[in-house]
Amino acid sequence: MQCVVTGGNVKVLAKAVHSLSRIGDELYVEPQEDGLALRSVNSSRSAYACFLFAPLFFSRYSIDRGLDFRCKLAVKSVQTVFRSVATLEKTVEKCHVELDKAKDRLTFTLHCKHGLLKTHNLSYQDTESLQAVFDKDSCANVFRAQSRVLVETVVHFPPSVEEVTVAVSSERMWVRNHVEDEAERSKALLTELCLAADEFDHFAVGAPNSITFCLKELRGLLVFAESTGLPVSVYFHEPGSPVVFSVTDSVLEGNFVLATLSDDHNLQKSDSGGGHAEPPPPPPDDFMNDDIDSYLIAMDTSVVPGPSTAPPSAASRASPAADSRTRKHSEEEEEEERDGNEDPGRPPSKKFRSLFFGSVLPPSPQTSTQPVTTQEVLASDSEDEDE
Amino acid sequence: MPLSTQSQAEEEQYVLVANLDNARNLSNILKAIGFKDHAIFTATPNGLKVTVEDSKCVQANAFIQADIFQKFTIKEDLVALQVNLTVLLDCLNIFGGSTVAGISTALRMCYRGYGYPLTLFLEEGGVVTVCKINTEEPEEPIDFDFCSSNVTNKVILQSESLKEAFSELDMTSEVLQITMSPSQPYFRLSTFGNSGSAHYDYSKDSDMMELFRCNETQTNRYKMSLLKPSTKALALSCKVSVRTDSRGFLSLQYLVRNDDGQICFVEFFCCPDVEVDEDL
Repeated sequence: MQCVVTGGNVKVLAKAVHSLSRIGDELYVEPQEDGLALRSVNSSRSAYACFLFAPLFFSRYSIDRGLDFRCKLAVKSVQTVFRSVATLEKTVEKCHVELDKAKDRLTFTLHCKHGLLKTHNLSYQDTESLQAVFDKDSCANVFRAQSRVLVETVVHFPPSVEEVTVAVSSERMWVRNHVEDEAERSKALLTELCLAADEFDHFAVGAPNSITFCLKELRGLLVFAESTGLPVSVYFHEPGSPVVFSVTDSVLEGNFVLATLSDDHNLQKSDSGGGHAEPPPPPPDDFMNDDIDSYLIAMDTSVVPGPSTAPPSAASRASPAADSRTRKHSEEEEEEERDGNEDPGRPPSKKFRSLFFGSVLPPSPQTSTQPVTTQEVLASDSEDEDE
Repeated sequence: MPLSTQSQAEEEQYVLVANLDNARNLSNILKAIGFKDHAIFTATPNGLKVTVEDSKCVQANAFIQADIFQKFTIKEDLVALQVNLTVLLDCLNIFGGSTVAGISTALRMCYRGYGYPLTLFLEEGGVVTVCKINTEEPEEPIDFDFCSSNVTNKVILQSESLKEAFSELDMTSEVLQITMSPSQPYFRLSTFGNSGSAHYDYSKDSDMMELFRCNETQTNRYKMSLLKPSTKALALSCKVSVRTDSRGFLSLQYLVRNDDGQICFVEFFCCPDVEVDEDL
């Protein structure tokens, strides 16, 4: 793989890396036919982000056909390459990204002003593909706004606010901070903003309801959107299914997929939002009674923390879901979920439905992300890939 | 100015008297070498040299020429004293070290001789503070024996370009490797950290390169922890001269311009880390 980024696009690339660093600790780099994909997922798998830079984004883009290469790097080390984003535009003329298979290094070379050449040889780990399965096209609620509108909305919420609830009617959108504990409600500072439809470039509400999601990742995307001046599109359907924030222009696409609080929780806790429509009843779920499992949509094992040296056979035992309403979990899935819950740093995340990542193994022909057919299926299951 | 109204008789007891209208011109440059507590002051009729050392491996010298001071009288050829640098810096900033233009602390620094404290008279806005800092038994600074005749390679760079590199240095790397060579890569800074290696190459034709005189290829490693303190001096400076001698010892000389446009120098010597066996 070799790609060359020049001029202002270096800053765009750097900003993308910085906004991905808001999601998770690792950056997944995957050179594809249709462009360079940079992805990240948070430790509890409730947020996923992907940027796809089309070949035209680069002044040179070449990948080795036939050689399926993908890797993950510590996002911090990639950030070091683009440490001074503020001066990047002025100082960096050209950025080469090259894979040195022989040395197992991903090399970033920055050609700077005054003949200064910065070379960063970063070690990486081989990894499986990281993909969240989402279908923004079938979302009932679609909005598009200038990044400024969203930035000015989000700025009213202090950094301590972790989650916000967005409620929509056919004419308005309300954004308020989400207070988890009913007892805390009387003490907590509540902030609510109302945006009229005409603030948006596009405002289509097919299913008036409200969703609750983490603000941190959205802030990450907004940093990118603001610096590139791109409008942000928002897609969501109902509580419990993911909300997708995306930025697109002719040479790049960025999607941030965030888990939303599942429905039952929403009904209990956030009914004070005023006159807007109640969300539809939650879909029947076999695991309603199980505290952990009810939050879990089928979970695959494609992204194991730590060295991803697990043989493909170990990673592909996810049970095929014949019926999305009677999903079952493999032992690994539950184990992983428990691991997630034990992470003391992120206790609130467990109430979010985890996003599902298809395990896509390079050599298998059935590996591509299966398009989802119904909204309930957030999960596609990899068929026995070890065969 | 109240400080100049001291009686003549009192003045005569001192072997060293130095007056400075703006104490910041001294404190700034001392801050740049303030990575250890103990500073050896060596005063000669030419001026003041302040030396700080660490681990017998790195030495920093700040040179403040006599003409930086409004008055610099010394009764002996050489006056040596040692004080706690942190305490001295605290005293110099006793009025808060305001950076507002037009407000400055005036300083008179006096020393009576061996066994006496270093006395500072500081005045700002008509208020005078007298600080007496106990002196310590002066140690003998290490002689790094760095002669210009032994210099193998030398480059002079505008600090601007090195500042960027130093601010981005991968601090997970234990060493900073400096390569100087008459051929490519000419002047290279390398780190080897947790996430991989990084190289910063400076072209010899760069407009940041004021002088490039390299005779042979030399690659030496220096402990990052020893070199890191020099970043403070780098930040103050406008030019830096990087030299290595035949033993691989490193000399970094920083040209620092103070608030009044006068020039001082800060110099770092650092001995090399283990020898480089293989090219990484």
